[in-house]
Amino acid sequence: MTRHYSALSLLKEGLRSQQGWQQAWRSPEPKPRYDILIIGGGGHGLATAYYLAKAHNIRNIAVIEKGWLGGGNTGRNTTVVRSNYFFPESTALYDLALRLYETLGRDLNYNIMLSQRGIVTLAHSEAEMEMAARTVNAMQINGTDAELFGVDEVRRVLPLLNVSPEARYPVFGGVWQGRAGTARHDAVAWGYARAADRLGVDIIQSCEVEEFLIEGGRCRGVKTSRGEIRAERTAMVVAGHSSHLAAKAGFRLPITSYALQACVSEPIKPVLDTVVLSPGTGTYASQSDKGELVIGGALDRVPSYGQRGNLPMLEGVVSGLLEMFPSFRQLRLMRQWAGIVDVTPDSSPILGESPLPGLFLNCGWGTGGFKAIPAGGTLLAHLLATGKHHDISRPFDPDRFARGRLIDEAAGSGIAH
Amino acid sequence: MQLFPCPFCGPRSETEFHFGGDAGNRRPEGFRAVTDGEWAAYLHDRNNPRGAANEIWMHMTCGEVFRMERDTVHHGVAQAFALLEGGGDDGLAH
Repeated sequence: MTRHYSALSLLKEGLRSQQGWQQAWRSPEPKPRYDILIIGGGGHGLATAYYLAKAHNIRNIAVIEKGWLGGGNTGRNTTVVRSNYFFPESTALYDLALRLYETLGRDLNYNIMLSQRGIVTLAHSEAEMEMAARTVNAMQINGTDAELFGVDEVRRVLPLLNVSPEARYPVFGGVWQGRAGTARHDAVAWGYARAADRLGVDIIQSCEVEEFLIEGGRCRGVKTSRGEIRAERTAMVVAGHSSHLAAKAGFRLPITSYALQACVSEPIKPVLDTVVLSPGTGTYASQSDKGELVIGGALDRVPSYGQRGNLPMLEGVVSGLLEMFPSFRQLRLMRQWAGIVDVTPDSSPILGESPLPGLFLNCGWGTGGFKAIPAGGTLLAHLLATGKHHDISRPFDPDRFARGRLIDEAAGSGIAH
Repeated sequence: MQLFPCPFCGPRSETEFHFGGDAGNRRPEGFRAVTDGEWAAYLHDRNNPRGAANEIWMHMTCGEVFRMERDTVHHGVAQAFALLEGGGDDGLAH
């Protein structure tokens, strides 16, 4: 049986008609009791299980997922990884994720197709250029890479961009982060799942939480569609459905769920070898390895759990893209979809113990959860294993809302989640 | 394009409306009596239900603030009420 993925094993299996590949992960029956139970088999949940097993040597863990692995926002995002935030707390968090992404393929023995092609965040006015300079200064002071681009440098990395002074959205320059890029979203979920399974983690799909087992004021596990599962500690890692599960556990969260849409064009030859983000037009785009343009934008403005998206936002995103890249007008859209994202008042995530003791939270990533998967997993694993916050996750505890110590990235970096 | 029913204007495009939060989210009264936790819950915690929702919305073009019962999964609107015509528990200070 071939377990390890390498060029050599590919060659060997090619000569044996691909008969020896081992299943990437088991599908075990749930046991009645685990040390740690993780609800949600997306990137963050699977990464949490992996780091618990790998870094903290806790092996009696289950990840339960109501659908299929990575079928929520992990499989619905636009695959961008970056750490271009404003506040030091955010840079510490998202740059940890980016650094872990840089070695993740090797660590997991799974090709996550990381491509550090750089991201340019466009400025369309003098005022936006001043804000861009402020962002670059903040990012450099906080210890991550950033560069202020003038219009010539923008033209160099985006030759198809309309930079004419008569453009509907004239370009003054932008913020460049060269270490940013894209990674294959499914591969991140599958890579973590395979590596966690190898370390003994039970990954149980089609297993939906029906209610929480609460005894003595403490969470003791959950009742699922496949029976009761008890655990010393339970973690809820369910993104846009966090409020829905929190209601079952008897508390509310500072979260509103919205649909975030994306779409892809038909595949074409390489035309765009970086990620472009334009807060002014509410559009961002990159080109996948298959050649499709992957296009995303801001949230729908109607709170929603419908994984579809409404038309006005899609129209705004596409028209913004076409104003910036007139040559994309001839492309046809192939697919459109939406994921349900969990938006907090300060556009920063929530990591910490919930109001129900024994139940821990990883949620509130809004539109930016994919890029943070390795950090979310590392920090929640630390919290579950030690019972204490990692220094990097401490500022993101839910207690910040009562203390008034918000980390307002919507205001700080203008990032719309 | 979804249409929402403004009690004053009738059915209008969703782009003309602004979400105003949960109906019934009453401001806790008593400057010294209200704890940090209660104040934070009023400011930040949300029902955010999956399914039937009871919400405050504003129709920005006419300025009408009203209560709307709708479903957050299939987006169907059950009812919309003008607040001053017995719209029920709206959470607004009158």
